[in-house]
Amino acid sequence: MILIWFIIILMGGGILAWIAEQWQAGLSRWVSLAATLINFVLATVLWIQSPGQVTVAGSSWISTFTAQWIPSFGVSFNLALDGLSLLLLLLTFFLGLLAVLTSWNEIQYRCGFYYFNLLWVLAGITGVFLTMDLFLFYFFWEVMLIPMYFLIGIWGHENKTYAAYKFFIFTQASGLLMLLAILGLYFIHGSNTGNYTFSYFDLLGTALTLEASRLLMLGFLAAFIVKLPVVPFHTWLPDAHSQAPTAGSLILAGLLLKTGAYGLIRFVVPLFPHSAAEIAPWAMLFGVIGILYGAVLAFSQTDFKRLVAYTSVSHMGFVMLGVFAFNALAWQGVVMQMITHGVSTGALFILAGTLYERIHTRDILRMGGFWAKMPYMAVIALIFAMASLGLPGLGNFVAEFLTLIGSWHASRVLTVLAAIGLVGATAYSLRIMQKIFYGGIAETHGLTDLSRREKLIFLPMVIVIIWLGVFPQPVIDTAKQTLTGVLEQAHVRNASPPATEKPILSAKGGIHE
Amino acid sequence: MEALLWLIPALPLAGAVILIVTAGKLSRNLSALVGAGSVGLAALITLIIGFGFIADPAHTFHQTLWTWINVDGFKPTFAFHLDALSMVFIFVITFVGFLIHLYSIEFMHDDEGFSRFFAYLNLFVCSMLILVLADNLVLMYLGWEGVGLCSYLLIGFWYQEEKNGYAARKAFIITRVGDTAMAIGLFMLFQHFGTLNIQNILTQAPQTWTIGSETATAIALLLLGGAVGKSAQLPLQTWLPDAMAGPSPVSALIHAATMVTAGVYLIARTHVIFELAPVAQQWVGIIGAVTLLIAGFSALTQFDLKRVLAYSTISQIGYMFLALGVGAWSSAIFHFMIHAFFKALLFLGAGAVILVLHHEHDMFKMGGLKNRLPVIYWTFLIGSASLAALPFVTAGFYSKDQILWLAWAGEKGNLWFFLAALIGAFVTSIYTFRMVFLTFFGEEKTHVGHHAGKLITIPLIVLAVLSLVGGFIELPHTLGHVELFSGFVKPVLPAVEMRPGAESGEWIIQLTAATLCLAGIYVAYYFYMKRPDLRRELKSSMIVTNRFWFSGWGFDALYDTLFVKPFVYLSTRNKDDAVDRIYEGIVSGLNRVHNVFAQTQNGVMRWYIMGIVIGAIFVLSIGLILT
Repeated sequence: MILIWFIIILMGGGILAWIAEQWQAGLSRWVSLAATLINFVLATVLWIQSPGQVTVAGSSWISTFTAQWIPSFGVSFNLALDGLSLLLLLLTFFLGLLAVLTSWNEIQYRCGFYYFNLLWVLAGITGVFLTMDLFLFYFFWEVMLIPMYFLIGIWGHENKTYAAYKFFIFTQASGLLMLLAILGLYFIHGSNTGNYTFSYFDLLGTALTLEASRLLMLGFLAAFIVKLPVVPFHTWLPDAHSQAPTAGSLILAGLLLKTGAYGLIRFVVPLFPHSAAEIAPWAMLFGVIGILYGAVLAFSQTDFKRLVAYTSVSHMGFVMLGVFAFNALAWQGVVMQMITHGVSTGALFILAGTLYERIHTRDILRMGGFWAKMPYMAVIALIFAMASLGLPGLGNFVAEFLTLIGSWHASRVLTVLAAIGLVGATAYSLRIMQKIFYGGIAETHGLTDLSRREKLIFLPMVIVIIWLGVFPQPVIDTAKQTLTGVLEQAHVRNASPPATEKPILSAKGGIHE
Repeated sequence: MEALLWLIPALPLAGAVILIVTAGKLSRNLSALVGAGSVGLAALITLIIGFGFIADPAHTFHQTLWTWINVDGFKPTFAFHLDALSMVFIFVITFVGFLIHLYSIEFMHDDEGFSRFFAYLNLFVCSMLILVLADNLVLMYLGWEGVGLCSYLLIGFWYQEEKNGYAARKAFIITRVGDTAMAIGLFMLFQHFGTLNIQNILTQAPQTWTIGSETATAIALLLLGGAVGKSAQLPLQTWLPDAMAGPSPVSALIHAATMVTAGVYLIARTHVIFELAPVAQQWVGIIGAVTLLIAGFSALTQFDLKRVLAYSTISQIGYMFLALGVGAWSSAIFHFMIHAFFKALLFLGAGAVILVLHHEHDMFKMGGLKNRLPVIYWTFLIGSASLAALPFVTAGFYSKDQILWLAWAGEKGNLWFFLAALIGAFVTSIYTFRMVFLTFFGEEKTHVGHHAGKLITIPLIVLAVLSLVGGFIELPHTLGHVELFSGFVKPVLPAVEMRPGAESGEWIIQLTAATLCLAGIYVAYYFYMKRPDLRRELKSSMIVTNRFWFSGWGFDALYDTLFVKPFVYLSTRNKDDAVDRIYEGIVSGLNRVHNVFAQTQNGVMRWYIMGIVIGAIFVLSIGLILT
C-alpha cells in the first residue's frame, strides 16, 4: 500500500503546491519540501526495515500493490518494489529534496506551477521505477516527460525553447518506438496464450520467434538508449542540461538518465535475454565509444553545465558497458554508477547553479582564482571533481571499478579502452578545478562563499558520496537479489533459446556460475 | 602492541579531518599541534611496534577493519598487513614525515594557507601509510590514488599562480596513465586468482605460472606501468621536475622521500610475480638504468636548485629500479631508506636556503652562504656527500655500492647495467658538488634575509646524522660485513643470487666507485671554482646538447606533439559536437521539404484544380498498371 502513497504524495503535493502559491507567495516550496521529505523518510524507513530483504512469497519483491484499472484491455495498476527499485527511489527522493532546496531562491517566477511540475516529474520517475505493468510504465514514462518539458521551456536559460523542443522530440520519438514494442509484445503474448495482458510478470515468459524478439527488443532499446544516452543519440542532453534550471539539470542527470539504465536491467534483458545477448558486443562497443567521446568533448567545453553534461555522456557509457557484460560484478557496478553518478553529477550541476547565481555566467573562461574567495565551494568542487574522475574512497570508484572488473570477463579490449576513459576523466575533471578555482582572481564582484542553505544541500551529498565509497556494502546487498535473479533467469532462458540459434549468453559471464 | 596498527594511518587521517572541518578557524599553534602532533604520535606508535618487531622480523601481523566490497567472490577489505617490508616503509613515512611536519611549522608560518597545508600533508601521510600497509591491491590502489590527489593538491598549493595548477594537473594526469595500466593489471590478476589479496596471490602465483609465463609477464609489465608513473621513471618521468612548484617541504616528503618510491614498493611487494616474468624484470632494470643516466645528465644543466634535486631524485629512483631489475630486492629498499634521509635533508636544506634568500631558486644567483648559514651548510654538505656516495663515511656510499656491485655480480646483472650505474655515479657526484659549490662557495650574490630557527635546523641535523650513520647497518663483505638490514627484510625479500665466479672482484668495484666519486667532485671543483671560464667555453661549445639535457631530453615537447596537441585539437575542433550536425541536417532537410510543399498552398484556384487533375491521373494510371 505504501507504494501508491509515494506517488499520491508527490502528485497531490504538486497540485497542493500550485494552489498554495495562490494563497501565499513562497508557500509552494514548503509544500514541496514537505512532500519530498515525507517520501524520503518513508523510503528510508522501508530500507532500514528490510535488511534481510523481506520478500513477498519467496520472490525478491519487498512490497507490491495491485488494483484493477482497465481490465478489458488487461491493464492493471500494478506496482512492485524490490531492492533495485528501492535504491532508485531513495535516490529519487534524496535528489528531489535537494532539487526543492536548490530552487528555493533561484525560482522567482510562476512558483506554484514550477513546483507542480517539479513534483510531477518526480512522481513520473517514481512510477517508472515502481510499475510492473507495461501500459502503466508507458504512462509514467510520459508523465515524467511533459513536466520536464515545461521546466526547461519556462524556467530555463537563454536558449530554452530550442532545448525543450529537442529534449521532447528525442524522448518522444524513441518513446513511441517503445510503445509499438509494448503493443507488439501484448498482441503476441495474447495470441499465444489467449490472455491479453500488459502485466510484466505474465509477459516475462512470452515465447517469441527470433525476429520478433529482435524487433521488439530494439523498440525498448531505442527508448532507453536515447534516455541514457548512448552516443550518437546523446545530442539532446547537452542542450537540455545546460538550458534547464538548476533543479532541472539535477533531475535530468541524476534521475531521468537512470530510467534508461533501469529499463535496460528491468525490461530489455529479462524480456529478451537472447536478443540482448546477441547485441551485447555492439552495445558494449557503443558504451565505450560513449565513454571516450563524452570525455573528449567534455574537455573542450567552456559552458560549465555543458561540460558536466558531456561528463554524464561519458559516465553513462559505463552503464552500457556494464549491463551488457552480463555478470553480477558489472551489474553491481552499474547500480552503483546510477546512484553515485546521480549524486556526484547532481552536485556539479548545483555547483554550476550556485556560481551562476553569483556571477551570472556559465562560461568557465570568465572564471578563475575563486578558491581565495570561496574556499568552501572550492572544497566541495574538489570532492565532486575527484568523484567524477573516480578517486578511490568516493562512491564512483566502487562503481567504475566493479563495472570494469566485470566487463573484463566479457571483453578485454573494450575494458582497456574504457579504462583509458579514466585518463580522459582526469583531464576534464581537473580542468574544472583549474579554470574556476586556480589562477589569479578573475572577478571579485558578488563572490560570497556558500550560504547556510547551500551548505545544507552539499553536506549530505558529500557524506553520501564518501559513505558509498567506503561502506558500499548495504547498497550492494540491497540490489543483490534483484540482479542475481534477473541474471539467473536470463541464463536459464538462454539455455533454451528461441528458434534454431545456439546460445551465446552461456559462454559469457563465466564467473557468475 | 601491534593491535594499535590501525592507529598509525588513522591518526593523520583524524588530523586531516579536524583541519578540513575547522577550515582554517584554528589558531596557527593549534593547527600545527594537530598536524604535526598526529603524525608524531603515529611515528611514536610505529617506533613502539618496530621495537617489538625487530625481535622477530619473520612474523607478520594482520588486522582487518571491515569488508569494503563483497560481490560474487570479489571481496577487498580494509585490512592491514604488517611485515618487515611494510615496517621499513611505515618507519620512514612516519619518522621522516614527522621531521618534515616540524620543519613546515616554521617554513610555512607566514603562509595564509597554513592549516590547509597541514590538512593536505596529514592526508598524504595517511594515504601513503594505507598504500604500504594494505593487504590487498584494491586498498593499495586507494592509497596509491590518495597520494596522487595529495600530490596534486600540494603541487598546486599556491593556487594563485596559474602555472602551479598546470604543473599539478600534469602530475596527476601522467601518473593516472600509469595507474590505469596498473588497474588493468589488477583486473587480470583477479581473473586468474579470484582474489586481489596480495599474500594469497604471492603464494598462488608460483603454483599457477611457470617461469616466463605470458600472463605473468603481461601482469608484471602492467604493474610496472603503474610503478613508472608514480616513481617518475621513463617514459612517465616528465611530471616530477614541474612538481617542484609545490612548497619545499612537499618536495622533500612527497616528491623525494616517500610517494615517488611507491613504485619501488609495488615491485618489491609483488616481487614473486616479477621473478616469474624475467622479461618484465629485465625491463625494470633497463628502465632504471636508462632513467638514471638521462636524469643525471639533465641535473648537470639546471639552474634551479630544486630542479637539480628533482632530476637527482628521478636518477636515484632509477638506481632502485636497477636494483629491482637484477633481483637485489633488499638493496633497492635499503637505498630507498637512505635516499629518503639524504634527499629529504637536501630538499629541506634547499628550502631553507630559498627561504632566507627571499624565494630565489637560481643557483647562479646564490653563493657564499657557507659562512652565513653554517648549520644549513654543514647539513647540506653531509646530504650532498651522501648523495654523491662519498666513500666510507656516508650512508649513500654503502647503499649505492651494493647496487653497483649487484648490477655486476648478481645473477641477473650484466655489464651494461653495471656501466650505466658507474657512469651515473660519476655524473651524480659532479652535479651534486656543482650545486654545493654554486650555492655555498664563491661570493655572496643575494642578500641573506632572516635566519632559520630551531624548527628548521633540528630536522636538518637529525637527517644529517642519519645520512651518515644510517649506512652502518649494512656493510659489504669487504668492510666489516654487517647484514642487519638485509637480515631484517629477508623473510619478505629473498637474497640475490650471485653469478658464479663474480664474487672475488668486490673490492675492485668499490675502489672504482670511490675513485669516480672523488673524480666527480674534482671535476665540479675544477669547472665551478677554479676555472669557471673553461666551463663557459665548454657550455657554449656544446650548447645544443646542453639545451637538450636542460629540457629533460625533449620528452615534454615529444609528448606535447604526440598526445597533448592532437587531443586538444580534436577536442576543440569538435567542441560543437559533429554528431549534432546530423540531426541539424535532418531538421533543415525537413524544413526544405516543408518550404517546397508550402508553396503549393498559394491560394490560386487553377493550381489546385491542376493538382487534383494530375493526382487523379496519377492514381488512375497506377491502378491500371497494377490491375
